[in-house]
Amino acid sequence: MKPKLEVKDLSYSYHELSGETIALSHISFDVRDGEFFAVVGPSGCGKSTLLSLLCGLLEPEEGDILIDGVPRAESSAVIGYMLQRDHLLEWRTILSNTALGLEIRNHQRLPFSLSRRSGAVPVRRAFLPSGIMPRRSLDRESRENLLAMLRTYGLSEFCGAKPSQLSGGMRQRAALIRTLALKPDILLLDEPFSALDYQTRLEVCDDISSIIKTQKKTAVLITHDLSEAISVADRILVLSSRPGRVKAVLTITFGPDAARPLERRNAPEFSAYFDQLWKELKCDETSL
Amino acid sequence: MKHPYDNTPDAAENAGSCPSPRQLAYLEAERRHRVQVRIVRAMILILFLALWELFAELDLIDSFIFSSPGRILACFLQMTADGSIFLHTGITLLETLISFFLTVAIAVAAAVLLWASRSLSEILEPYLVMLNSLPKSAMAPLLIVWLGNSMKTIIAAAVSVAVFGSILTLHTGFMQTDADKIRLITSLGGSRRDVLTKVLIPASVPLIISNMKVNVGLCLVGVIIGEFLSARAGLGYLIIYASQVFKMDLLVMSIVILCLVSTALYQLITVLEKRAAR
Repeated sequence: MKPKLEVKDLSYSYHELSGETIALSHISFDVRDGEFFAVVGPSGCGKSTLLSLLCGLLEPEEGDILIDGVPRAESSAVIGYMLQRDHLLEWRTILSNTALGLEIRNHQRLPFSLSRRSGAVPVRRAFLPSGIMPRRSLDRESRENLLAMLRTYGLSEFCGAKPSQLSGGMRQRAALIRTLALKPDILLLDEPFSALDYQTRLEVCDDISSIIKTQKKTAVLITHDLSEAISVADRILVLSSRPGRVKAVLTITFGPDAARPLERRNAPEFSAYFDQLWKELKCDETSL
Repeated sequence: MKHPYDNTPDAAENAGSCPSPRQLAYLEAERRHRVQVRIVRAMILILFLALWELFAELDLIDSFIFSSPGRILACFLQMTADGSIFLHTGITLLETLISFFLTVAIAVAAAVLLWASRSLSEILEPYLVMLNSLPKSAMAPLLIVWLGNSMKTIIAAAVSVAVFGSILTLHTGFMQTDADKIRLITSLGGSRRDVLTKVLIPASVPLIISNMKVNVGLCLVGVIIGEFLSARAGLGYLIIYASQVFKMDLLVMSIVILCLVSTALYQLITVLEKRAAR
């Protein structure tokens, strides 16, 4: 089967007046359709840089990113990105927050639209006159779709609420709905549970990974929490410390009775995978 | 109904329909404190006016130089009767409002432009800092020569007092917009314009309003400076005229009206601020 996402020989460095920092060095891997793929590594190994490259916030300096065999810049695939914190806009209601991505995309579909991932937008075109202001109201279909999702994920009562009225877990689910509303082909998760307290974290992780699995989304999760990676992922990529290089790719398989993250944590295989992952990361330290 | 994940304490659950005796005592103490503050506040003003009037009556102070509340009131009533006070206050108010709206519009537009272009902001920064620290009253004579003895000069003086500081404050605020929120908009496929309309401007509303509070006072300062130098009407003109002909009643009355105008304008923006916060 053809991979959904292919990363070939990818390198990236940050440039500052004080010097150059190599974040990623010749990374290659691929992610299959419908797979939950996790990336772990020590802090500063370029995990977040990798996601920024995958979703087009940064352009690779070297190497290629292919989606369904097509270079990312030319691909029409929609990539959803979940950040570390929910970043719900406090002045918007939950419904309007979840509609943010649709609003942005809707006005881009108007005749004067800018191509979705054309990189930097010239200032001249970024400040278009008011005649083509974004459509404020959502069309009926998108609205119904959003409301249905809010219902499914237990937020329908909070449509009109402001983000500050929601708990951390609910806010993170609202952020997921905002991302899913765009019907992404690939979902990028940048430590989406790290800002939550431990109990909520386990629950929301369980919750969100089941949502992703039921919707059969291809997902790439970045985390520094090994047990989180083992509890959700089908495969785990281990990155070395800076500059990030691929150290190993582990395939994680659990029995059919341990499908959900919380069940996986209690399964006997769990600690074996944990040890294996731990050793991979450890030998990186000793080699330094 | 609370969602199972929602473990935040619910204020409505704690505050029942019947407050406890301790809560009642607390509310009573708070109420008493507020009343006391108001009474003392009013007393200070009444005492000050009464002593002023009394000293003037007893000739302990020269009411020709220091005026007195009674004489100020008489002057006010006389000017109300012939309507001239409304003209002067109205003109000052008009000039202040025009320059205020111009200042806000120019400052927001300029700050957005500086935010949109890193090069532009870096190129212009030293000039803005220099113009901001320049005492604007020094420019007023220049403006009179350029723009003539008219309302234009006064408005230009007022705008010049407020606008440069305002641009710098707003630009600094805009640059501190949460980088991750900008990342969010970009990751959802948004352009710089989306960042501007969906994050930057809404997130900066409190900043813009607090900046407006400063601006309204500065514009009034600018208007008075302008009226001192080139005006045939307005509160600034009245103050200069009164000091030249030694009409202290008129002078003090103009200052009192100026106090009321500035307070009223400030309160107006406070109301706006409360509405925006809702």
